[in-house]
Order: sequence, then C-alpha cells, then structure tokens
Amino acid sequence: MKRSLMTRGVETLLGWGGSLTGVLLFVALWEWGSLVYGSFLLPGPRDALAALGRLWQEGAAAAVWATAWRAMLGFVLAALVGTALGILAGLSRTLGRALEPVSTVLLGIPPIAWIVLAILWFGSGSLATVYTVMATSLPVSFAGAQMGALTRDRRLQEMADVFAVPPLMRLLDFHLPHIASYVFPALITALGVAWKVAVMAELFATEDGIGAGLAMARVNLDTAAAMAWIVLVVALLLATEHGLLRPLQRRMEPWRQAGQRGK
Amino acid sequence: MLKLEMVGHDFGRERTLEGIDLTVAPGESVCLVGPSGCGKTTLLRIAAGLVTPCEGRVSDDFRRSTVVFQEPRLLPWRRLLDNIALGLKAMGVPQQERLTRARALADELGLAERHDHYPHELSGGMQQRVALARALAVDADLLLLDEPFSALDVGLRSEAQTLLLGLLARRNIASLLVTHDLTEALRLGHRVVVMSPSPGCIVHEQRIERPFAERDTAFLYEAAGALLRQPAVAESFLFHQDEVSA
Repeated sequence: MKRSLMTRGVETLLGWGGSLTGVLLFVALWEWGSLVYGSFLLPGPRDALAALGRLWQEGAAAAVWATAWRAMLGFVLAALVGTALGILAGLSRTLGRALEPVSTVLLGIPPIAWIVLAILWFGSGSLATVYTVMATSLPVSFAGAQMGALTRDRRLQEMADVFAVPPLMRLLDFHLPHIASYVFPALITALGVAWKVAVMAELFATEDGIGAGLAMARVNLDTAAAMAWIVLVVALLLATEHGLLRPLQRRMEPWRQAGQRGK
Repeated sequence: MLKLEMVGHDFGRERTLEGIDLTVAPGESVCLVGPSGCGKTTLLRIAAGLVTPCEGRVSDDFRRSTVVFQEPRLLPWRRLLDNIALGLKAMGVPQQERLTRARALADELGLAERHDHYPHELSGGMQQRVALARALAVDADLLLLDEPFSALDVGLRSEAQTLLLGLLARRNIASLLVTHDLTEALRLGHRVVVMSPSPGCIVHEQRIERPFAERDTAFLYEAAGALLRQPAVAESFLFHQDEVSA
C-alpha cells in the first residue's frame, strides 16, 4: 500500500504534466485562432496578458475585490441556507415533497431574469448582485444536500438502532459525514455558478467589479481587455476551488483520501 | 433468558413466520439453521427487537443484547478504534475510557497493528472482527449473529469460528447464530434448531452434547449427515417446492 517517495513524486509530476499539457494545448489553440481571425476579433494570449497588466495598473485589484466579496457573500449565504434546507428536506419526507418543486422552479429561472427582478426590487448596486448570486446558487447546494440526506445507508441506520445511538450522535456520526460527501461536489459547482453569475449581474447592476470592467471593455470595443477579465475570472475560480474548497474537503474527509492513496 | 412464544409474522401479504417457540438460556449457544428465505433473519431481527412481530410474545431479560450483521456495517469515516467504541460512545462512556477498552478488544481480536486504519483499508475478515469487537465492547451477555461469516472464504471462516467460540466461552455470553451452513451450526451450537420455509417454522431441534474442542471435521460431516437423515430436515434442505416451481 505504501509506495516510495520517489514513485509518488514522479506520479505527481506526471499528473501535473498532464494538466499542463491540456492548458498549453488550449493556449496554442487560442494563439492559432488569433492568427487566423486577427487580433481585433480574437486577441492572442500575449495581448490578453498585456491588457491584464495594464488593467492591473489601473486598479483591477479593487474590481476583483468588489466581485469577490459579492460572489462569496452570495455563495456563503446560499451554501448555508441551501445545505440546511436540503438536509431537512432529505430527512423529512413531508418537507422534501414541499420544498422540491420550489427548488425546481428556482433552478428553472434563468439568472438574467433574477437580475432584472433584483434591480427592480433593490435598485442597482451590490445588494442586487449578492441577491442574484444567492438565488441562483441556492438550488444547487439544496439539491446536493437533499441527495446526500436521501441516500443514507439503511443498514447503518439499523446498526445505529441496535446500539441505541442517541439522536445528536446519529446526526454527527452517521448522517453528516455521508451528507458531506454529497455536499462538497455540489458546493464546488455552486461556487462556479456564483462567480459567473456575480460577473454577469455586475454587468447590469453595478459601477464597479469585474462585470462592470467587462461592460466598459464592450463600450470601448476593447476585446483584449475583455479577454484579460475572462482570464482573471477563470484564474480566481480555480484558485478558490483548489486553494479553498478542495483542501477543506481533504481535511474533512481523510477517510476518502486514504482510499485514493491505497489505489 | 430470551423467550419467543408462538411468534408469527407477515411480510406484506406473505406469511414469513408461523408459531415459533424458541428460548436462549444464559451462556447457551443456539444455532438457527435453514435454507435461504426460511425467515431466519426475520426471526433474528425480532429477537433483537428491531422488528415487532405480528403475533406472539418476546421476552428478553438479558442485560444487554447486540447484533453482528452479515456485513460488517462499520462507519467508513471512522477509524478502527472509533468503530469498536461506537456502542460505548452511544452509552456516553468518556472518550479516554472507551478508547482504552476498544484498544484492549482490538488486541484480543488480533487487530493490534491497525488501530488507526479506516474500514476500507482492512480485509473482509478484519472488518468482520471489528464488527464483532464492537458488539463485545458494550459488554453484552447475548449476541445475535446473522450469518456473520458467510462472506469469508473457508479458511478464514474456520479461523473466525474458533475465535468466536473462545470469546463466547471466556465471557460466558449467550448467542443466537443464524446460518445456512449445517456444519457451522453443528460446530458452534450447544443446540441446533432447524427451520423450514414458507411459512418459516421450526421443524427440528437437537442438542449437541460433544464438547466444542472435540468437534473435528469428521464429526461435523457425520453429524450433518445424521441430521439430514431426519425426514423433516431433509425436506427443508434438500427439496424446495418453491424453488422447483420458480
């Protein structure tokens, strides 16, 4: 089961190499497209990087910060409320039946419609963005938590009956670890939704943030700047996913980790 | 003493158990044997209090009874010691004490090197030993076992049976073990109770006088052969009306 440090190091390198190959392939395609269609329609990676440098000097950090806190606030609220409701809906059949159609309806409403509603209700500004982010990512975390609570192992429940496990311990030791394995992937999806929706909402509702920067790029017909913003959004999304959520998952689910190592 | 009187049970529209009388005395090992689908697992669940029978009476004045299931049913997200200590945690035993007791049990059951392993890092035989340790940890005086070794291969099964016999004798624990394997029942029981299907009922009961240590393979096959010569047992095991028609 245990392998030498060296083999593991080589495997890690190969894994990184694989990902790197994919990224480089994508960049190469991008460069090729830029050569074919010209740098006005599709500025190449180097143009985008140059534009990013320019934007950074003009204060893109403030825009990133503005978008980040709106997206994160909306995401965290949606994650808390959605997960809590999802667990309850999975544990109680009545509540599940009542909440499921609501969640389906919410999932069906396009984010753009939420933005219109939010601007009508709250006016332009951060609140409209945060609300839209929350409304769109909440059903995702709800569905994940509900699925987790619904798929509890009946055989383990019976074992809990045999040992007369008290309710609180049943929740903490039996239900939650199982539910968490469903909630984490859902949260990672929800985080992606939150980022994208935040940027989109800012395009219409706010004066600052990455979305507003994109709107400005559109007005100025500055495609390179638009590409630069996109690169920034993707980089930030990957950073949050791999820098925050996945390490958190590894920390909270060491038993799964050990399984991967054993393979 | 565990006592089932005239227990009958329906599962949906089907009659699964009919007129069952069964007792398990303190320290006694009773093996319930029968072909699959004869209702023996349902009977064990009724004895464990997990299922309330449609008819009849169940009285259990053992101090504490626990169940070892056919599958280990360990918590995949808990380490070996925490899995053994699960029942103690449910009873509110402080962490330090329950881990000490779990460690002692793990060592006794030959799991000494693996205190910090997660269930999926253990072999099937070890997982089942953890499940056994978990049942013993709560200091039960009645153990209900539902085909606990059926997933193990022959060598491991024999080893696990020897281990179980030792544990039960040392602690003077009574047991009700369900199995479809006649030789297993003859090896582990003071008394062997044979069930027959549709509806599940007891057709034969036999006390095995020979001490456990002297029940070698030759004896087991001979006793199984003798048991199968009983018409009721033969009918239950060798010929199933429902299987032919199915």
